[in-house]
Amino acid sequence: MSLPESYTQYPKRGEGYDHDFYDWSNIHTRAPVRWPDDKSVAVFITVNLEYYPITPEDEPFRAPGHMVTPYPDYRHYTVRDYGNRVAVFRMLDAFAKAGVSASFAINAAVAERYPELIHAVQAGGHEIIAHSTDMNGTIASSMSEADERALIADALARLEKATGEKPAGWHSIARSQSWRTLDLLKEHGLSWCADWVNDELPFRFTNGLVALPSSVDLSDRQIVAVQQHSAEAWAQMMRDAFDWLADEAEAQSSARVLPMQLTPYIMGQPFRIAALEDLLSELAAREPAWFAKGSDIVSSWTAQQSET
Amino acid sequence: MREGSADPGLYDYHPYNDRKKIVWPEGKTCAVWVAPNLEYYEIDPPVNPQRKPWPKPHPDVVGYSYRDHSNRVSHWRMADVMDRHGFPGSVSLSVALCDHHPEVVADGAARGWEFFSHGIYNTRYSYGMSEAQERAIIEDSLETVEKATGQRIRGWLAPALTHTPRTLDLIAEYGLDYTCDLYHDDQVQHVKTKSGKLASIPYSLEVNDHYGFNVYGMAGREYADSLIKQFERLANEGEKSGTVMCIPLHAYLIGQPHRIGPFEEALRYIAADPRCWKARAGDIIDSWRAQQ
Repeated sequence: MSLPESYTQYPKRGEGYDHDFYDWSNIHTRAPVRWPDDKSVAVFITVNLEYYPITPEDEPFRAPGHMVTPYPDYRHYTVRDYGNRVAVFRMLDAFAKAGVSASFAINAAVAERYPELIHAVQAGGHEIIAHSTDMNGTIASSMSEADERALIADALARLEKATGEKPAGWHSIARSQSWRTLDLLKEHGLSWCADWVNDELPFRFTNGLVALPSSVDLSDRQIVAVQQHSAEAWAQMMRDAFDWLADEAEAQSSARVLPMQLTPYIMGQPFRIAALEDLLSELAAREPAWFAKGSDIVSSWTAQQSET
Repeated sequence: MREGSADPGLYDYHPYNDRKKIVWPEGKTCAVWVAPNLEYYEIDPPVNPQRKPWPKPHPDVVGYSYRDHSNRVSHWRMADVMDRHGFPGSVSLSVALCDHHPEVVADGAARGWEFFSHGIYNTRYSYGMSEAQERAIIEDSLETVEKATGQRIRGWLAPALTHTPRTLDLIAEYGLDYTCDLYHDDQVQHVKTKSGKLASIPYSLEVNDHYGFNVYGMAGREYADSLIKQFERLANEGEKSGTVMCIPLHAYLIGQPHRIGPFEEALRYIAADPRCWKARAGDIIDSWRAQQ
């Protein structure tokens, strides 16, 4: 099987990236950042509130965590539902006890179906951000622009109607975007998204949208559900990450963001929740820690960018 | 290689218990080399019919931005840790990184690191390349790295570990001294090629951070422990044999904030051991060659 000549030609080979989504810069040569009250590590908690239809769809792709067995998959449908009925309330209590706030990435269907849960999230002082329609609402370049625009518009309209809040932030299912997603999010009035995993500070995309850090390797889904570590091992990783970032921020007189990505049906299980509670109370007591909602991180960062 | 044969004829069988002892400089028993992969993955590469570049339709935002973390954040974090414990890098380089992010390459060069080629991009696979295309990527690698760093590359790690039956013969013909693509030994070995003098240097898949984290799913602390165990065993055996330990790294993996601390402790441990020779790949090949 031979390859065309074009396979060893490189039209985008040149300084900077092979795309125009954002510019290159390395973190330690940027103007220093500092969080409110001179804090250096913003702990950015996101909690995914997900509704998995028992009728999964495979276009553009089946979401991680979706149905596994032949129809009807009671096992996975109900375990996911456990997150919204039981486990998330453990998390809300844990946040209240530690005095921290979080950003809840919510499928529109969850907001419509479980208003009591939305009230509890709002009463806790947390932020609501958009997380598509339901877990069939995945995005990739294989879908048409019209379909993607309709999906985003539908998710935002339904979430706003059900919660009374217009979200500023977006989190894609599996962090998956298409070539068009950043522009469509901007077009629909969003100001930030947390899908790209390439940085530990916010940065601005070319179109003006702000990227908040996300992490492949520190989500409970990746560490506990995929790699099958214990909740305690995950908490140890978070402590190690926090300590390193605090030291590095101090050494560079700057700041960092530590994403903590939680899924109620995973970390909210009875035998795991204590590891999260202990971690939260321990980190909340650390002097450099600023537990912050996504929009508060964006506001603080944006204000410092315009100063420089 | 012997194309089409069951045994590709890359090297002769030499049992570990019947070899001349290799002694590293100053009587060290284990040569330890650290191999950071400095890579560029394209967001929208052409598709090779034998391997898809990304699991998702392009752009694969997570896959792409995961690797981009190296070039924005974690390269410097990893490199500073290596410096603190006296380990130079021997870099497996996507040579197009010299064009896209010359700052990263210049940083490695300023730290005294050695560079070898890991292809043009880690998203352009050798499968199906014509001889002319393969020669072009070797010549491109030689020219690009020399222009960027002043160094003439001496080694090769195939892009994304993709080969053709002629790759080893070609790199030997161009005068390269070592390949990192063969995993059959804990010592440097001769590789059979049509011309030139090519040696295999132990690189490692088993203690590669990619395998540690994304194949075996280790925690950072477990990976650090496995490096210490690997070193202890190889340093002990090296008293009789003279061993090589490679620590192949990717900044976007080892340089994540939850892993770099335990990794630094492992490097500190290994660096403090008097049996450890902190070497670059080319130094190891030169010392071994002088003992043949």
